[in-house]
Amino acid sequence: MKIGIKEVVAMGIGTALFVVLTNVQIPVFIVPNTALQPRMAILAFLAAAFGPIVGAVVGFLGHALGDAVFYGSVWWSWVIPEAVVGAAIGIFAKKFAVKEGGFANGMNLIIFNAVQIVANAVAWILCAPVLDIVIYKEPANKVFSQGAVAFVLNIIIIGILGTILLLAYSKIAGGSSELKAEE
Amino acid sequence: MARMISYEDKDTPIHKLSGFTKLVFFIVWCMASALTFDTRVLILMLVMGFAIYAVSGTKWNQVSTVFKAIMIFMVINLTCIFFFAPYQGCEIYGTRTEIAHLFGNYTLTKEQLFYEMNVFIKYFTVIPAVFIFLVTTNPSELAASLNGIGVPYSIAYSLEIALRYIPDVQDEFIRIRNAQEARGIEMSNKGKLLDRIKNTASIIFPLLFSSMERIEVVSNAMELRGFGKKPKRTWYSRRKLKAADFLVLAFIILFFAGTVALTIKNGSRFYNPFV
Repeated sequence: MKIGIKEVVAMGIGTALFVVLTNVQIPVFIVPNTALQPRMAILAFLAAAFGPIVGAVVGFLGHALGDAVFYGSVWWSWVIPEAVVGAAIGIFAKKFAVKEGGFANGMNLIIFNAVQIVANAVAWILCAPVLDIVIYKEPANKVFSQGAVAFVLNIIIIGILGTILLLAYSKIAGGSSELKAEE
Repeated sequence: MARMISYEDKDTPIHKLSGFTKLVFFIVWCMASALTFDTRVLILMLVMGFAIYAVSGTKWNQVSTVFKAIMIFMVINLTCIFFFAPYQGCEIYGTRTEIAHLFGNYTLTKEQLFYEMNVFIKYFTVIPAVFIFLVTTNPSELAASLNGIGVPYSIAYSLEIALRYIPDVQDEFIRIRNAQEARGIEMSNKGKLLDRIKNTASIIFPLLFSSMERIEVVSNAMELRGFGKKPKRTWYSRRKLKAADFLVLAFIILFFAGTVALTIKNGSRFYNPFV
């Protein structure tokens, strides 16, 4: 698959955006030390707008770089699932047609949310805990509970913020289709 | 905004190495650290990590904020492990040496302490590698190195763009946040969850839309200059490999092979002092 110039730049600036938003978190009081991460909504948006490669690269580089510059370590077991989420949502980019205003119809909203729930389930309930067990030998009940919490938080933030972002952008980007030819 | 680790130009043996060497070293180092659970190897890696850290001339205040953040994370993580599975260590090492009964179903065992210490060191071995890699590698050399290990240059170039634009996006983020705060939008942790999401969205919206515009502008500029027309490209900041580079590469490959050999010889990733 050929990567166009726009995709290259989207990967770069998308990664920068993802890294900058690493520290923007909305704490949830029910579970200590967990937070909604708005950067997940950005990842979902970019994947839906630019496709699976952009999604995977922004997830992978963004998470690895964000971990490295803010926390000084890289948790590979959580970097890889991030790429999975980006890639999975990105597969449907053509169908979504975000830049052409594709989210104006309700069907895409439902598909987007169904896809993001499945993608997050695979990534955080399956991928991340299994990698944690393989690499760090962490107790299964701990990593699966962590994964479940991450899953719930991510589908909430993508479901709310991601959907709103896509809707709003579709409205603006698709605005030109309302032009009529002069008689 | 929390402090980020960033590159600093200095004249040390580590700075003189090619970015390619450091990238390969970093990746193989992470792989070795992920593979082994052998306490002896982990401690050796830790000692080497700190030795390299000393040679690289990294100042403590360059990394101290980040270091504190990671320590807090690790304390929480290790406590969590204990509460979720107080006998994980006993399962791994196959014995149970009790130290003290704490409460309820929780008894402190030597195996658990040893296991958690291993997890701690394992996380810790990656830290000096990350610090050194980020502090001593010129960002413009990174993309050239990534391309050097076989990553397509378009993806390597996107990393270059990312590093170039992180400060710009961060400035813009702060500007937007200040503007929204001036308009009276509450950014602290007060208020209902939905309100907080809404307030965060009031920053994310303009930030994302201006980034989309930026993508447009930058990609047009690159297109005009003919980016991506040829299957290969050269890099201004790529450095030739010197003798020192080959030495480091040989060392890390041997080290990784040694770790694998030790794991196969022991028949397990763990070093068990309890039998």
